[in-house]
Parts: sequence; structure tokens; C-alpha cells
Amino acid sequence: MTLLAVERIKLFTTRSPWWSMLLALGLTIGITAIIAANWGAEAPMPVLGAVFVHNLGLYVIMVMAALAVTTEYRFGTIKATFQAVPDRISPLVAKAVVVVLLAGLVGLVSAFGSWGLSWLLAENTSELALESANDWRHVAGVGLVYAAGALLALGVGALVRQTAGAVSIILVFALVLESVVGFIPNIGDDIQKWMPFTVAGKFIFGNPDPSVIPDGQGPPAIGELSPWGSFGYFAAVALAIYIISLVVVKRRDA
Amino acid sequence: MIEAIGLTKRYGKTVAVDDLSFAVEPGRVTGFLGPNGAGKSTTMRMMLGLDRPTAGKVLIDGKPYAQLDRPLRTVGALLDAKWVHPNRSARAHLQWMAKSNGLPDKRVDEVLDLVGLTKVAKRRAGGFSLGMSQRLGIAGALLGDPKVLLFDEPVNGLDPEGILWIRQFMQGLAADGRTVLVSSHLLSEMAVTAQDLVVIGRGKLISQSSTTEFVERSTENTVKVRSPHADKLGAMLIDKGFTVREDDDGSLVVSGVASDEIGDIAAASGVVLHELSPQRGSLEQAFMQLTGDSVEYHAELAETGK
Repeated sequence: MTLLAVERIKLFTTRSPWWSMLLALGLTIGITAIIAANWGAEAPMPVLGAVFVHNLGLYVIMVMAALAVTTEYRFGTIKATFQAVPDRISPLVAKAVVVVLLAGLVGLVSAFGSWGLSWLLAENTSELALESANDWRHVAGVGLVYAAGALLALGVGALVRQTAGAVSIILVFALVLESVVGFIPNIGDDIQKWMPFTVAGKFIFGNPDPSVIPDGQGPPAIGELSPWGSFGYFAAVALAIYIISLVVVKRRDA
Repeated sequence: MIEAIGLTKRYGKTVAVDDLSFAVEPGRVTGFLGPNGAGKSTTMRMMLGLDRPTAGKVLIDGKPYAQLDRPLRTVGALLDAKWVHPNRSARAHLQWMAKSNGLPDKRVDEVLDLVGLTKVAKRRAGGFSLGMSQRLGIAGALLGDPKVLLFDEPVNGLDPEGILWIRQFMQGLAADGRTVLVSSHLLSEMAVTAQDLVVIGRGKLISQSSTTEFVERSTENTVKVRSPHADKLGAMLIDKGFTVREDDDGSLVVSGVASDEIGDIAAASGVVLHELSPQRGSLEQAFMQLTGDSVEYHAELAETGK
């Protein structure tokens, strides 16, 4: 418990986490508000529309999580940390608990904030009520995706140890590589189906009630897994990378 | 008490620390001396369990660092004053360290007061001067009121006032019965700070002794003799088996003999002396002679004045 307090102090006594959280919320809720305000009266706004841009916040939160580790390496406080707690694993686990919980919280605020604002701004809200389990998953699921994404970013940050390196790896992978991989002839599509961020998107968007999506508005639900299976897959990838980072940090010179 | 036993660290083919064994006793300031790149910082990082030794181990009061319970209460260290997040306040920095080892919040205020940073405690540490950063680092080292203290080059870059403060501070800590190990590449600094010296070069132990003993043993004692009959006296001294060298100004520099004896010899043969003065070789010269072969980055001294 004391280590959780330590990591909480560390995270909140610098400014970048605050800015990251504000940016994540501002981007997602702000852009959703624009979408909602411009949604025509003829077609009802679907629940999916309210979380359509949740990815923007995900990237920001992952950068925040990566920074939580890489700045410790950048400024040498990781050495002070390992000096205070030489087993190395427990402070990193404590950091993960704090950062993952915070990311999940930001995800929930972002999703429900976006949804709430859509409710206020959209003209036709007849399809916006959270009625089915699917509806709840579309919105509340954003919290889970942010949490798992933060764990993944912590792992990458601890492995790479440099802010620029970790952030580029995360963003290039999520924004470029996963799309480009689809262009590989023959096998590209099959690989893309298993790319972690693509799969995570399916958890949020997948299997919507087809009747509520206006024609051509629903994102494609690709992949072999069910929505919850998709989340399990994304979380497993994140956990695997995080655990590899723990092993490496334990063995490596600080 | 710190014991290094067969401590070795290799990075690929480079041997940074080579089979180093020594002990640091409580109640004294022990200087850890060596030229830059000798392996001092690597050794200190291994003492704190930050770097993994290739072979050998370090025991602190009989235990490896990793097995200490809440280690800040046993070992305080200042390896690098820059190990602080620049946007975090001095107080917040000490707060998380204190929390991690179950130390009360009021201890943070105590150490801030001890090093004289109370007024700037809420300012961001990134804006601190070097001297203030060093003080913050020392505050961190003292948080757990530890019995063992490690300082890596604590006076580097400080002004004379800061140097004096740190020197007296370390001596005070040792006087309380604590074990104090302080590294430096300056023998002159260590000569006035440390009672014991552990000297290393290229990762190998060169000597471990008291500072006085080290200085006596390693500095060359010579006698400067000025005389109008320098040639005659020089020849006589060489006959007696002493080493005599002629200086640029025509005076003789005799080694291996006390000034009294030269005076007797001169008197016995009626040689007039204008000057007869014992010379002590500089600490720097002695240090360079000892570690000369073990300096890693050797710059050729300029061949001027010859």
C-alpha cells in the first residue's frame, strides 16, 4: 500500500500527467460534441457515434503511461526508486496499478462525458439510450481499453527507457503499422485481424445491434474473436509485454 | 561497515572493476580515490544493488543491499544530485522517498532544515543551483538516518563555501559513528577530508591505508641544496650513494637523505651552503605516479618548457 502512495505522489507531483489527462478528455469529448451537434435530425445518433473517436484519447493516455516510466529513466529517479525498494518488481507493479486505474478512470470519464454531451447536443437521440449490454460495452468498454493500453505502454516504456523511442514505437505501431500491414498481398488481411489495436477497436465497436446502425455508418467488424474475446486478446498482449518488461528490468543494470 | 569481496564488473571485454576487495570502517570518513574512469561510480552502484556484479559481492553490515529491509534506513547515498525530476518540488521529491521506506512526513522537514533548504522546499528542483541540488541529494541520503553513507564526488563543481560545508558535514557524520565512504578524483581534497583511503586505478585496488600513511609513503621527499660549490658537493653526495639531480636554477635536488646529513657532509668538507631545505613532493604528483599507468583516458602532457 505504501508503494501505491509513492507512485501516486510521483505521478501527481509533475505536470505532464495532468496535461495528458486534460488533453485526452478534451480531444474525445470535444470532437464528439462537434459530431453530435452536426448530426442531422433525420437519422438518430447511435451509441457508437458517441465513442467513435475514443482512439484519440487512447493514444494520449498511452503516451502518459509511457512517460510515467521513461521520465524516471530520463531523470534517474528510477535509480533512487530501486535504491529505496531494491526488489524492483514491487514499485513497478505499484506504478502499473496506479497508472492503469487512472487510465481506466479517464476512459470512463471520456466515454460517458462524450455520450452525455451527445445526448444534450444531438437532435435525434432516439437510439442513444444505453439499453442493451452491447450499448454499455460500447461506452464503458472505453475505460477497459484505456486501462489495458496504459499497461501496454508502461511495458514498452520500461523496455525502451527513452521517451522519444517509446512514444514513436507506440504511435507508429498503432497509427501506421496496423493499417499498412493490410496492404501486404495475400496474408495482409489475416495479419491485420490479429493486430492488437485493431482487435481492441472491435471490442468497442464490434457486434452492434445491426438495426440501430444507419447504412454505411458502422465501422467494419473484422476479426475472428467475439467482442469480449477481443478485449481478452488485447489485454493479454498488454500483460505479456508488461511482464517481459518486468523480467528485463529485474535483470538489467538500473 | 561496508565490505567489497572480489567485486568484478565487466562490460563485454572492458573490465570496469577488477577483483576489488576492501573494507570501509565505521566512525571514519573513508576516501574512495581514483582517476576518472577508474570504476569508482560503478563500484558504488554495485554497493547499492543498482548494477549487478559480474563476480563477487558487497556486504553492508554483513548483508547484501537487496536483502536490507527498508534500505534507506541503513544506507543513505548521493550518487548523482541530478537524480531528481526537474518539475517536482524538493519537498515532493523527499516525500515519495520517505514514504517508500515508511518514514514519517515530518522527517522530510527535518532533513530539509538540516541542509538548509526549508525556504525553497516548494520550488521545483530543476531550478536549483548545483550547490542546492547537492544539498537536496544529501537530504535524501539522510532521510532514513542511516548508519552507512555513500557520496560520489560530492564536491564536484561546488564553490569553496559549499566544499567546506560538505567536508565538515561528512566529518560530523563520521564522528557520530557512521560509516562514510566518499569518492573523489582529487587527492588534495581527500587529504583534508578522509582519515582512510581506498585507492583504485583501472578497477584494481592500488592501496588501502590511512590517509597520512598513504601520503607519507607515496610522496617523494627531497632536499633542495643551493651552494656556490654545487659541483663539488654533488659529486660527494653521489659518491655516498644518494640520488642527485641538478635543477634549472643550478641548485641540487637530493633524494633519499635527510637534510641534517647533507648539512653535516657539507660542514665536514667546508662547503658553503646558501640554502638547505627539505621539499615535499606534491600530492598530485604522487597520485599521478601511483595511478599513472591506470588512467583510462590518457592525455599526453604538453611537452612545453623543455
